Amino acid sequence: MRLADKSTTMQEALSGLGDGATVMVGGFGVPGTPFTLIRDLVRLGLRNLTVIKNDANETGMGIDHLLASGQVTRLITTHIGLNPRAIEMMNSGAIEVEFNAQGILAERIRAGGAGLGGILTDIGEETELTAGKPRIEIAGKRLVVETALRADVALIHAERADPFGNLRYVATARNFNPLMAMAADRVIAEAERIVPLGDLAGDDVHTPGPFVDHVVALGPLSEEYAVVRR
Amino acid sequence: MVARAAREIAPGMVVNLGIGLPTKVVDHLDPDLSVCLHTENGLSGIGPTLPPECANSNLIDAGGAYVSTVPGSAFFDSAVSFALVRSGRLDLTMLGAFEVSQSGDLANWKIPGRFSPGAGGGIELAQKARRVVVLTTHTDRAGNPKLKDTCTLPITARGCVARIFTDMAVIDVTPAGFALIELAHGVSAAEVCAATGAALALPRGDIPTF
Repeated sequence: MRLADKSTTMQEALSGLGDGATVMVGGFGVPGTPFTLIRDLVRLGLRNLTVIKNDANETGMGIDHLLASGQVTRLITTHIGLNPRAIEMMNSGAIEVEFNAQGILAERIRAGGAGLGGILTDIGEETELTAGKPRIEIAGKRLVVETALRADVALIHAERADPFGNLRYVATARNFNPLMAMAADRVIAEAERIVPLGDLAGDDVHTPGPFVDHVVALGPLSEEYAVVRR
Repeated sequence: MVARAAREIAPGMVVNLGIGLPTKVVDHLDPDLSVCLHTENGLSGIGPTLPPECANSNLIDAGGAYVSTVPGSAFFDSAVSFALVRSGRLDLTMLGAFEVSQSGDLANWKIPGRFSPGAGGGIELAQKARRVVVLTTHTDRAGNPKLKDTCTLPITARGCVARIFTDMAVIDVTPAGFALIELAHGVSAAEVCAATGAALALPRGDIPTF
C-alpha cells in the first residue's frame, strides 16, 4: 500500500477559498509563522477574513500585510503588543479584536480539532475576557464554557514534511501549528524541506498526515523568516 | 531589585519569567543553580539570552528575545505549555504589573483607550502558578502609586500576588494587606509609605535592606 502524494503549488492549495473565510495561522512571533502562505493570501485579495493567530506579528511582517491591505475584519488572538497597526486598527474600530487567554485559545483550537464542542475552565473567571460567556457548575465549581474553534483553512509552517503531509516542527516554531493543523476543513502546510516518504520516521512525526490536505515546498527562505534585528 | 528578586528562586524550581523587568532576572541567576525556566511559547530549560548575531531564528522566549537551550531542554506545543501551567507544575512566576491591590489582585494587561496589548499567557500564569511575585517600579512614570487599595484597571487575576519587588522595597501581600519586608538601600520606610497607595504594615525592629 502506498500513501497519497499531497504536494502541490500555493495557487492550487489556496484555490476556491472565498471572501469571509476563517483562517487559522500558525506561529508565535516569527517562529512557525507561514510567511509565504500569508503573502499568497494577500495576493489572492480575499476580503472580510476572520484571522485566528496567537499574535499579530510585527510591522511589515506576516499578519501585518493582511491588516495593511484591509482584508481582515476580525482577529481572534492573545497578544498584539508588538504590532502598533493592529492596536491602532482595534482602537479605531477598523478591526474587531477578540482576546483570549493564550492557553485557552490553544485549548479551544485543540477542542475544534478533536471534534469536541468546547472546554470548561476557571481561567479568566473574573476578567473582562470571559464576560458574557456561559457558566456551568460542575462538582461545586463554577466554570466558563469556552467554545471550540475551527476554521475554513489553516496555514501551517513545518520544518519538514513528506508528500503525505506528515509534519515535523523545529524548536519554538511548533507552538500553535500542530493544534491548528487539526482544526480546519482545509489544512495547508508550507515546508522548508519535503523529504521522500519514509524518511521522516513515524516516531518523529508531530502532525500525522491524515490531518493535512496540501503540502507546499518552500524555496529559499525570505528575510521574514530570519533573525529580527530590533 | 532584579538581583534581589533572583534570590526568590530556590533550587529545583520550575519558573516562568514574564515579559518586561522579570526577564532580566535570568542575568542574575547563579549558573550553578538547578532551575528549570519555562516559557509559554513551548520550551522548558531556557539557557542564556543570545545576541542576534549568534541567535537561532526558531528559538525565542515569549517576549521575543533570542534564547538558547541547556542540556535536557524540551520543546512542546502551546496546549502542552499551558497544561504545565494550569495543572500546578509551575512553582513560581514573576510578572510585571500596572497595578497591584492590597488583596493581591493584579492588573497588567489593559489600560483602556491607551494601551491594550492583550493578556497573552498572563492570566493563566497569575491564576495557576503556585507562587506569583511581581517585579515593578514602585510608582508609574507620573509618580502615581502602583500599589493600591483596589485596582482601577481591568484585572488579570484576583488575589494572586504573594510578594512585590520594587525599586524601593520588598512588600508581601498578607491577609491584612501590604506588609513591608525589606527596604532598598538608602530608602526610608516613610518614603515607601508615601509612595504606596494603601496602608503598609511595618515590621518591628530593624528593617533589612537590599
